[in-house]
Amino acid sequence: MEAFLAAAIVAAMPLLFATLGELITEKSGSLNLGVEGMMLMGAVTGFIVAFGTGSPGAALLGAFGAGAGGALIFAIITVTLRGNQVVTGLTLTIFGSGFASFVGDPLIGKSVPKVVQAFFKGAPLPGLSDIPFFGPVFFRQDVFVYLGYILVILVSIYLYKTRPGLHMRAIGENTAAADASGVAVDFHKYAHILFGGGLCGLGGAYLALVYVPMWQADVVTGRGWIAVALVIFASWNPTKAFLGSFLFGALSILGFRLQSMGFHISQYLVDMFPYAATIAIVIVSTHKNRKEDLPPADLSVPYFREER
Amino acid sequence: MILPVRITKRDDVPRRQAAVILVVSIVLALVFSGVVMLLFGLNPIEVYGTIVQGAFGSAMRLEQTMIKAVPLTIASLGILVAFKMKFWNIGGEGQIMMGALAASWVALNHPGLPQPLLLLWMGAASVVAGGVWALIPAAFKAKMGTNETIFTLMMNYIAIKFVMYLQYGPWKDPESKGFPRIPKFSDAAILPDVGGMHAGWVLMLILVAAVFLFMNYTKKGYEIAVVGESLETARYAGMNIPVIIMIAMFISGGLCGLVGMVQASAIEKTLTWGLSSGYGFTAIITTWLARLNAVTTLFVCLAFAVLLQGADYIQLALHVPSSVAQVVQGIILFFVLGSDFFLRYRVKWIGLARARAEAE
Repeated sequence: MEAFLAAAIVAAMPLLFATLGELITEKSGSLNLGVEGMMLMGAVTGFIVAFGTGSPGAALLGAFGAGAGGALIFAIITVTLRGNQVVTGLTLTIFGSGFASFVGDPLIGKSVPKVVQAFFKGAPLPGLSDIPFFGPVFFRQDVFVYLGYILVILVSIYLYKTRPGLHMRAIGENTAAADASGVAVDFHKYAHILFGGGLCGLGGAYLALVYVPMWQADVVTGRGWIAVALVIFASWNPTKAFLGSFLFGALSILGFRLQSMGFHISQYLVDMFPYAATIAIVIVSTHKNRKEDLPPADLSVPYFREER
Repeated sequence: MILPVRITKRDDVPRRQAAVILVVSIVLALVFSGVVMLLFGLNPIEVYGTIVQGAFGSAMRLEQTMIKAVPLTIASLGILVAFKMKFWNIGGEGQIMMGALAASWVALNHPGLPQPLLLLWMGAASVVAGGVWALIPAAFKAKMGTNETIFTLMMNYIAIKFVMYLQYGPWKDPESKGFPRIPKFSDAAILPDVGGMHAGWVLMLILVAAVFLFMNYTKKGYEIAVVGESLETARYAGMNIPVIIMIAMFISGGLCGLVGMVQASAIEKTLTWGLSSGYGFTAIITTWLARLNAVTTLFVCLAFAVLLQGADYIQLALHVPSSVAQVVQGIILFFVLGSDFFLRYRVKWIGLARARAEAE
């Protein structure tokens, strides 16, 4: 059980980073459906940098930059040029998957360098890792996982306890009012779309560097879309985003566990689990109507000051 | 930040100017893609030249181009009906898969039927299967307002995994050696050739006309457009919105399902999980580029088929991965999405000094 949950945490990380990234983007009022594409851009860039430099730090930085780069395209088209957010996001996903298979083509089948693999080996936290049950599940993980925990806390504090966080929530809830009170709308939108995209890129990099440490072009397989669903499931709350990612991490490895326990289920049917569960979540989330569960009021509403 | 321009909303743009903006943005996208190719050490003129050669260079390549245009156009027509309603159907891949599955079930179980009867039955089965697959998210959208983007997308994975399950499991040809595959169809289940290529192109032209007439000259088509424009208006006019959503999505999914039948019958001659190869996604781009007009869709899809076939060819000729086409497609749509701005707003250069003065 402990081993299963520990593995679920690992499987949850790409989802967590992408979910937090999309959550930040949506909180600032933009619905970016390009998560899958930005994860792929981050994955391929992280892999290439890791392969070329052998530096895990540079790889993560590259992945963040690639995700943010994809998000920049989205921001220019939807914020400055006021284009359709849904279609732009979809295009970003198509573009990102093309980008990943084009740029990654020479690397198919290549492995992550040993140095980088070693960097992402488990590093038990002294003290914490000895706590019964919780230690082995949560605190005998790799550096990236710890970064994920910290990120959940930081994003929560940022959203609810800081001034810029307040400003960005104000933009998401009522752009016109935020603008009238002197918040720089476009600047905040750009900043959060880019940062959110960067996190998606990191989520992709984790897949390419740690989860499947050999390059394949279809490494993300719908996790970006699951992340979009998880944002709704989590009611735009970072802590719930963590719980949702954990749940889905567990679901995605459940089939494999069941098979190794001797249940005879086809791999392909088992692979449907997370997707079917995502649908279930989307359906269930439709019926939320408590105020704190609702999406930001101005989510994906285009804003143009002169049209107020 | 103060820009030296004044931006004002404009209501209608003359058709010619709109066309100029579209062409300019596509040209800019191709130039930009060329710059990207340069960055990756490719010669863009050579790449574009080879794409054109690969698409038109011989009768066989031309046929391959058309073979790609047919599924792309029919799938785009399906996406068009949904998008017109602002129902973001990105489940085309799954609907294609389910259509192919149903057609294959018919073909494999009734190999001895007369060809016209068998083909008609396969076609009908594929339309129903694709339509029903699309109806599932549509029903939830219509009754509860469930988010259709994620729903339809997830249905893709489920459909593909299910066909994989069949291909590697219960439907596997016991006589196949090596790679597991489903048995080939009988000859009666294969679309015949008409004028040098499979009959799908005739179907494509008929459907373009049919969807054009349906969307522009029928009550239901009009209602679909109204629901897309404004739910309030539709409600005020007393339209039955849930029913309209479901009808439109059945048509949308049904058209995609038909693509599955064409591909299974004419191209693969059996069911394979990879038979769609992304048409359901590319259709999103082509439909939007065609501004949701059925006739324009045909021409955009022909152009994109050139790009797709050319990209397959450059993989052989220049050893450039064919995914370069996907990158170029993405860039084209980015530019067109961005250029829409100039259709809706007038940008006038007024100089920094005046802009500052006006801002105060």
